[in-house]
Amino acid sequence: MSITVKFFASLREQVGKADTTLDSQAVSSVSDVWNLASGGLLMPANTLMAVNMDYVDATHSVTEGDEVAFFPPVTGG
Amino acid sequence: MTVEIREHGFDPYREVSDYQLSVLDAAGKYGATAVFVGSMRDINEGDAVQTMTLEHYPGMTERYLEKISKEARQRWDIIDSLIIHRVGDLHPDEPIVLVAVWSAHRAAAFDASRFLMEELKSRAPFWKKEVLSTGSRWVEKNTPG
Repeated sequence: MSITVKFFASLREQVGKADTTLDSQAVSSVSDVWNLASGGLLMPANTLMAVNMDYVDATHSVTEGDEVAFFPPVTGG
Repeated sequence: MTVEIREHGFDPYREVSDYQLSVLDAAGKYGATAVFVGSMRDINEGDAVQTMTLEHYPGMTERYLEKISKEARQRWDIIDSLIIHRVGDLHPDEPIVLVAVWSAHRAAAFDASRFLMEELKSRAPFWKKEVLSTGSRWVEKNTPG
């Protein structure tokens, strides 16, 4: 089983991909997911994170089957 | 309580009218309808904006719009609410967002519609990218209400 990772907006452009998958054995937290999936990019301080479409912080744990998303501050409306 | 993401232009005033006629089963029950429409401006931070692309996180967007709609219903005595938000490529003057709230009396409709807009702007995962004559840029933060 794997973890699905998504990047949106300016982070998608910085990381250079919209999504990827990781082996769930290799990561235990959202922070680990960023480090492995972003290719070593330093996470911008204002990055927002979600696990299974709910906001979390970088210390939140991840398990197989999770969808983890990273994106900049939202600007809708 | 309805939330919709639209990939094409819409007429917010017609949406309100159609919703009242076809979905909202409350004729004679509501004394107040508060309607907010957000449209695209042709200038931002002093620069002329030619077009804009609105990106979103499908699934999470709807989830958060439904979440804030439920929160509004818990906080105020409202009869119904409707949120429609555009995604995709927009030109100046096109509607971006519609928030409509129906209630028996005006205070709940006014307060809940303001709440929905502010929560949408701070929690719903949408992002704007503007095209200027000099290139494109992501909008980094919302302007204060």
